[in-house]
Amino acid sequence: MAFWIASSPHNHNQTKTPNLMRLVIYAALPGVLAQWYFFGWGNLIHIALAMATALACEFTVLSLRKKPISHELFDGSALLTALLIGICLPALAPWWISVIGTMFAIVIVKQLYGGLGHNPFNPAMAGYVMLLVSFPLQMTLWQPPLSLIAVDLTFTNTLTTILTGFTVEGYSVEQIRTSIDGITMATPLDMLKTNTGLGLTVLESIENPIFGDNFALGWEWINAGFLVGGLFLIFKKAIAWQTPVSFLISLFICSFIGYSISPDSSASTMFHWFSGATMLGAFFILTDPVTGATSTKGRIIVGLLAGLLVYLIRTAGGYPDGVAFAILLCNMSAPLIDQYTRPRTYGHVKGDK
Amino acid sequence: MSNNITPQNSNEADMAISAAEQEIAEAAAVEAELKAEQKVALKAEYKELAIQGLWKNNPGLVQLLGLCPLLAVTSTVTNALGLGLATLLVLICSNVTVSAIRHWVPKEIRIPIFVLIIAAFVTCVQLLMNAYTFGIYQSLGIFLPLIVTNCAIIGRAEAYASKNPVKQAAFDGLMMGLGFAMILIILGVVREVLGQGTLFDGANLLLGDWASVLRIEVMQLDSQFLLAILPPGAFIAMGFLIALKNAIDSHIKAKKVVDKDLVIERVRVNFDS
Repeated sequence: MAFWIASSPHNHNQTKTPNLMRLVIYAALPGVLAQWYFFGWGNLIHIALAMATALACEFTVLSLRKKPISHELFDGSALLTALLIGICLPALAPWWISVIGTMFAIVIVKQLYGGLGHNPFNPAMAGYVMLLVSFPLQMTLWQPPLSLIAVDLTFTNTLTTILTGFTVEGYSVEQIRTSIDGITMATPLDMLKTNTGLGLTVLESIENPIFGDNFALGWEWINAGFLVGGLFLIFKKAIAWQTPVSFLISLFICSFIGYSISPDSSASTMFHWFSGATMLGAFFILTDPVTGATSTKGRIIVGLLAGLLVYLIRTAGGYPDGVAFAILLCNMSAPLIDQYTRPRTYGHVKGDK
Repeated sequence: MSNNITPQNSNEADMAISAAEQEIAEAAAVEAELKAEQKVALKAEYKELAIQGLWKNNPGLVQLLGLCPLLAVTSTVTNALGLGLATLLVLICSNVTVSAIRHWVPKEIRIPIFVLIIAAFVTCVQLLMNAYTFGIYQSLGIFLPLIVTNCAIIGRAEAYASKNPVKQAAFDGLMMGLGFAMILIILGVVREVLGQGTLFDGANLLLGDWASVLRIEVMQLDSQFLLAILPPGAFIAMGFLIALKNAIDSHIKAKKVVDKDLVIERVRVNFDS
């Protein structure tokens, strides 16, 4: 028996990429289930479409780049990207939305930069932003929760709507989105923004049924689902706790300041926490090990920055939700933040290079 | 000898004349040879200029000069064509002028003089377009006067026209301008097809009313693919074009290496070095 001499670190945790990715995908399940419960089959269909596209694109590019296909195709990162895109899309968006978005995310944002570990931007968010910028009409086809719409959205109805734009009975997407009173409904964030622009106070706005009893009907439970999944990930040590915590605290502080200054025209802190993509972004996207900051201090700074940006885009920007944009901006600044928050090397004095 | 009766001296004179003639003929032959050589060299230079301008040293693809108009106005083929033609015209004229006055321009202040020349021609082109193609003048907007700052033009004035005769400089301007216009048009085609599904939309603004028949509906899009029309799409398309050019180049290189491999006859086996 020979002594095998290796350099440190000697203590490995045996986590492999597929295991980690699978864990993250499982952790997203509560949120996806909540989405299915409140908004129907649409997102599940989009997730399936996106996953199929992601695998096909990944296979094509990997074979073009002459990479080990079986090893990299099933490392789960493409599937996770597809899952995140499917979750983000409006449930009744046409099928080609998820196909084009996933293609862009996998081929251009991920593989052209060198594949997993080399991409400067989160593929799912870059794909989503590309879709939002390119197809604003389709990407705002948000439907109200199932309990508020007149058309019965069964699985077949949803499928035909995604594929052809009409349900089996011939209702168009616009008709589905229209409530019994004949008013087209949007997401709570969108509604709040429009109403504030019209001069209504927040209290008047949240009379609308889409806000439900608490903050945002359906959305609060989806966010709670992602919160549970995220806490599970932190418990499993799959993600660092600093990023989501500092992000949520930052968003809380910003919205608290806004609410204290003018409670009539700004939403409450908890509304900001439990509507839109807050929890998904905090636990599943901002914590991406590839595109986020790597040092502890850097993670905290990135989280704070993201919270501030989300609040600013939601209140002052042109789009109702700003999580995707904020995360891309944070991805962009992460290398710089890492540069200035390099942890002290063991044995070195602070400030000593 | 054809005639024996002719006197000796005349014969000598004859010989002298013929020698002189021969010399002249020889000189003429040398001159002709020189001229032919020059012609070949000139031809080679023209060929080299064409290759450099259109492919090897393409201002859009390789030098990456003038990216601002390249990315900003190529949302349709018509715009791209308009800007390409304007740049081509300015490039040829400025190259000719810079080359013609190259002996009288002091080295120290050449750049301001080049800029003045370019600006003068850009103003001419702008006024012409304002007069005859008002629609395209409006849609090109600020990017038409901005041709002055297009590095491709001042780059050619500095690198080539200020050191070479007028003819070559004009040809160089033509080739560089064509190379630039080619990239503009390719980008315009890609972006217009992806973004609107049409080709030559609004060509009548540039070419006159008859050109409205040129408009081709390539595919019917329910919704515009806005990314292709917006500047980020131009960056991505440009990246793909550069990648394509590099792929073609490396393909050609790989082919050449295979040919060379056959020529190698021995391998040096020398462990000392």
